[in-house]
Amino acid sequence: MSKARMSPLRSGFVHLALAGYTVIALFPVVLTIFNSFKDKNAIFRTPLALPTAETFSLVGYTTVLKQGDFFGYFQNSLIVTVVSIFFALLFGAMAAFALSEYRFRGNMLMGLYLAIGIMIPIRLGTVAILQGMVAAGLVNTLTALILVYTAQGLPLAIFILSEFMRTVSDDLKNAGRIDGLSEYAIFFRLVLPLVRPAMATVAVFTMIPIWNDLWFPLILAPGEATKTVTLGSQVFIGQFVTNWNAVLAALSLAILPVLVLYIIFSRQLIRGITAGAVK
Amino acid sequence: MSSATFSEDGMTAPRRGTRWHILVFLAPAFIVYSAVMILPLIETLRLSLYNTVDGQPAFVGLANFQVLFGNERWAADFWRALKNNFVFFAIHMLIQNPLGIALAAMLSIPKLRLATFYRTAIFLPTILSFVIVGFIWKLILSPIWGITPFFMDLVGLKWMFGPWLGKPGSALITVSLISVWQNVGIPMMLIYAALLNIPDEVIEAAECDGITGWSQFWKIKLPLVLPAIGMVSILTFVGNFNAFDLIYTVQGALAGPDGSTDILGTLLYRTFFGFQLQLGDRSMGATIATVMFLIILAGVSLYLFGIQRRVRRYQF
Repeated sequence: MSKARMSPLRSGFVHLALAGYTVIALFPVVLTIFNSFKDKNAIFRTPLALPTAETFSLVGYTTVLKQGDFFGYFQNSLIVTVVSIFFALLFGAMAAFALSEYRFRGNMLMGLYLAIGIMIPIRLGTVAILQGMVAAGLVNTLTALILVYTAQGLPLAIFILSEFMRTVSDDLKNAGRIDGLSEYAIFFRLVLPLVRPAMATVAVFTMIPIWNDLWFPLILAPGEATKTVTLGSQVFIGQFVTNWNAVLAALSLAILPVLVLYIIFSRQLIRGITAGAVK
Repeated sequence: MSSATFSEDGMTAPRRGTRWHILVFLAPAFIVYSAVMILPLIETLRLSLYNTVDGQPAFVGLANFQVLFGNERWAADFWRALKNNFVFFAIHMLIQNPLGIALAAMLSIPKLRLATFYRTAIFLPTILSFVIVGFIWKLILSPIWGITPFFMDLVGLKWMFGPWLGKPGSALITVSLISVWQNVGIPMMLIYAALLNIPDEVIEAAECDGITGWSQFWKIKLPLVLPAIGMVSILTFVGNFNAFDLIYTVQGALAGPDGSTDILGTLLYRTFFGFQLQLGDRSMGATIATVMFLIILAGVSLYLFGIQRRVRRYQF
């Protein structure tokens, strides 16, 4: 390890700076959640205080749950996110396996073609995507969103998974072949279980932009029945700008699932980012 | 490019003719990706060359671009959005990325206590949606709630407070800073990873030569993480020229006040989809999308062929 020890003074400054920025990063979120549990007077009079027995109130939450169909929005977001991730991972892993396992004419060209989407955002094709969805009668369906997000997730999934699949031992696969396993069985029964950690990383990466996206729900599925949480809270909060209790409660409800997932998966996510950055 | 011969995979049996399984493995990804991403992208580029003439779609060449760049109704909006977008990008490059590097440098100090906690907490805003972030900051900066004036009063700067989001002069900077607050986690993480990857021997060698502290950071570590900084820059570029959600949430589709926060993403939305009295215009929407595509393509090419190849990579 490095020998030069930091002086206590310098390490004090480092902690001060990091703790200071941590406060800046967390404060807005914490403030929102605290105030969502207060009554209206307390929100304005003592915004920085914790909710006390006197100021505690759930009026914001009851308004939100009465007025907006938040459970419906959650359900839509959940369906869209889970199904898109499933297909992006399945199709992505299959393509990554083909690209990393077999040598065939056009292999590299195919790899480059599938990598374009890492840098060029799918949003730029929106005009024609909407046109296509109208023609296919998929506007205001979750299927439209699932298709778009699957396509959006594929390039990065293929890129990361093929890196990992190259590390799976050839001997193992060849042993499988000698035992008479088909190529499909080798993929599904030997390789896929071995790249499960990489799949989890890709899943977390893919999940965040899908769950948080506003653009495609706004354009492809703005109907009440297909609203996602992100669009739903956007519209809801827009309508209730003057009802601070409801706005703060809606924000807290939208933050909560993400926060819980983040606390559970933050190690996985951060390890994924820090390992992926080396390439 | 491709391997010219059909070589055998591994050490398996003789040729089996067409290896259908390769096709089966590739087909689903290829079909979905092509049908939903690549073909619409090409179709959008194509549409930018067409417009409705006498109720019929007709090929108009580059006329749409002429209108966008030169027509009095379009050009002012377009150039303003483009300029705003560059300002938006510049603020990210000047504040977000140096801040990310500074945070990463502090986090990567060996045996720093609480590093995991800091790292997790500072990255939190990055995973929240723009909608949440936008509204939270709208509340915090609101003169009605008085959170910001209260804090500025603590440091004696209350007189500086103003409804920043509502003033044309400060709105764009304010929105950019909100975006910086949200996204600083990305450069921090990527550069943190790069810093952790510097081998201990290199650092020890530097220490033997008496290079420590600041000069060690500037002379040893920073040059070694330049590739990561390059990657962060191009990610910032693509993200900024494709941004939409935050401005739509904070300032609405009109990107007020008075269009002062309008960037290409919001301009594309309004043009293509229409807003209030303005009718949606598919051809002009496609034209703006094409311009955005060309800008992003230029940035990515510059990075891939200009910067990435020239940055020296050190192999350990």
